[in-house]
Amino acid sequence: MIKMEKINKTYGTGTARVEALREIDLEIKENEFVGLIGPSGSGKSTLMNIIGCLDTPTSGQYYFEGERVQEFGHNQLAEIRNRKIGFVFQNFNLLPYATTFENVELPMIFKGASARARRTKVMELLEKVNLAARAHHRPSELSGGEMQRVAIARALTNDPRLILADEPTGNLDTKSGEEILKIFEELWGQGHTLVIITHNPYIADCARRVVKLRDGLVEKDSVRNQ
Amino acid sequence: MVHLVRLFYRELRRQRKRMTLTIVALAWGTFSIVILLAFGEGLNRQMRKAFHGLGQGICIVGGGQTSKPYKGLGKGRSIFLKLEDIDLLQERVAGIEFLSPENDRTINTLTYGRKSITKRVIGVAPAFEELRTYYPERQSRFLNETDVEGKRRVIFLGAKLKEALFAKGEAVGKTILVNAVPFLVVGIMQDKMQNSMYNGPDVEKAAIPYTTYLAIFGDKYLSRLIYKPMDLTRSEMVKDDVVRVLAQKYKFDPEDKQAVDFWDTIEQEKITNKIFLGIKIFMGIIGGLTLIVAGVGVANIMYVSARKRTKEIGIKMALGAKKRYILAQFISEALMISFVGGAAGILFSVAAVEGVNAMALKGDVADILAHPAISLDIMVATALILSLIGFLAGFFPARRAASLNPVEALRYE
Repeated sequence: MIKMEKINKTYGTGTARVEALREIDLEIKENEFVGLIGPSGSGKSTLMNIIGCLDTPTSGQYYFEGERVQEFGHNQLAEIRNRKIGFVFQNFNLLPYATTFENVELPMIFKGASARARRTKVMELLEKVNLAARAHHRPSELSGGEMQRVAIARALTNDPRLILADEPTGNLDTKSGEEILKIFEELWGQGHTLVIITHNPYIADCARRVVKLRDGLVEKDSVRNQ
Repeated sequence: MVHLVRLFYRELRRQRKRMTLTIVALAWGTFSIVILLAFGEGLNRQMRKAFHGLGQGICIVGGGQTSKPYKGLGKGRSIFLKLEDIDLLQERVAGIEFLSPENDRTINTLTYGRKSITKRVIGVAPAFEELRTYYPERQSRFLNETDVEGKRRVIFLGAKLKEALFAKGEAVGKTILVNAVPFLVVGIMQDKMQNSMYNGPDVEKAAIPYTTYLAIFGDKYLSRLIYKPMDLTRSEMVKDDVVRVLAQKYKFDPEDKQAVDFWDTIEQEKITNKIFLGIKIFMGIIGGLTLIVAGVGVANIMYVSARKRTKEIGIKMALGAKKRYILAQFISEALMISFVGGAAGILFSVAAVEGVNAMALKGDVADILAHPAISLDIMVATALILSLIGFLAGFFPARRAASLNPVEALRYE
């Protein structure tokens, strides 16, 4: 599904220069469940942003479904983010002034789906994450776990194959975290590819493959046999 | 496309506070400039009108006293104008459009019914109407040639004088007594502003044909004569000719400035025009400065709100919104805000100006100040300039945000 060759990412120049990623080689296949772990500052989020086409590497090759991402322009990257990747953020990143329904609907609007198609799909997803009753609430009226479920529903709106989650349970209590994890397990069971950054050992245990980063390098890449 | 519009509309509704602020800033800016300039222009017009209450581009000529000896005649001789001079000037000076004699005397008793007042009565020719802006009210008239030829006893009353005699009642067609001689009222003067005058304001005078006047009072000389040149740019030449003709007849030195009394309002008008131009320039500068202040206000709000929404832009881009979608949203929002704000500003200023005018305030100060005149050009230009400033101030930060990597935009708090 994705393949990275000698990916480097540096920030700043001179003495302020930070090498966030160094010569990363990584391949992730269809329907893998990857846990991305490592101490803070190890480059997890940077790697995730590059995988999610939110950021571009300083050097190296990144292939998404066999195509070189560096060759894509603004619009093509937007299309990949829109249709092929679902992103779940630690801090949810919901639009504060929009309702649950409107937040989940956004990716379909950018895709140009009809109002009827949007309505059907959004309600189906909200049922799935058990939030149908909250369709017309604003984020400020929701709990943390509910907001993260809205974000997950939003990530699934255009049926992307790849789901990326950056510490999805980082801001949640244990119970909400477990609910979220259950949803991820289900998604994996339905054939989605998952990459999840986490400090949560429980999630790391669920992942079938754990990639550990340290100082911008892959320290350990272990596949668990089931 | 329809769903995009709907989405924009939804977001506009959601961000009411920000929107309201921007719209109010825009409307207030437009309002203050339009109102400022409307009152300035009103002041300008009223002052001009008041100045022209005496007449526009006229010369008033009266007798004087020689100050130089001429052809064996000593100085200090009094010069008196006579009625025959009117025909003489008409015949000998080219380029005079209107010409009228004027005779007047203070103590005249005007009586209607049991009411009696003492006012100034003047004897003039029909040309006086144009020369001295003695315009009649509707359904009444000024003196005409028939009146003059027939020495008719008809009278034209100043607005204030009519009020004093008739109050609100009808005056035209009524007969009044001037020193016990009956006169038929044929016309009432429109009320007018006048800041330049001799022997009191015109609204308190009564005019009768000069032939009738001379027949009753038997004056030997004219109080003055008034003329207006056809072409104001040639007024100097006409003036020289008038002096030359009179000098020849009355035997005085044409260079003698005191032999005849010459009140040239054309010269005065040139100076006044410079003052008006000065006021215009001043208003323009004030308007421009206000526009800058308002522009900075609008730009500031738009800029801050566009910056504040960098994160929102980041979220949308992360979800797959294309750059042109983000920009289209900002542009349509800015246009909508500009339109509503500008329209509100225009609406309020028109309402305010119409309101002040509808009050029809009277009084010395109100006559000059309380007649604001709105200019469509200024109104539209102000609204457009402010909208453009606001638009640009919002557009550039939005474009910058849309050009960032989504990650950078998301990091913005």
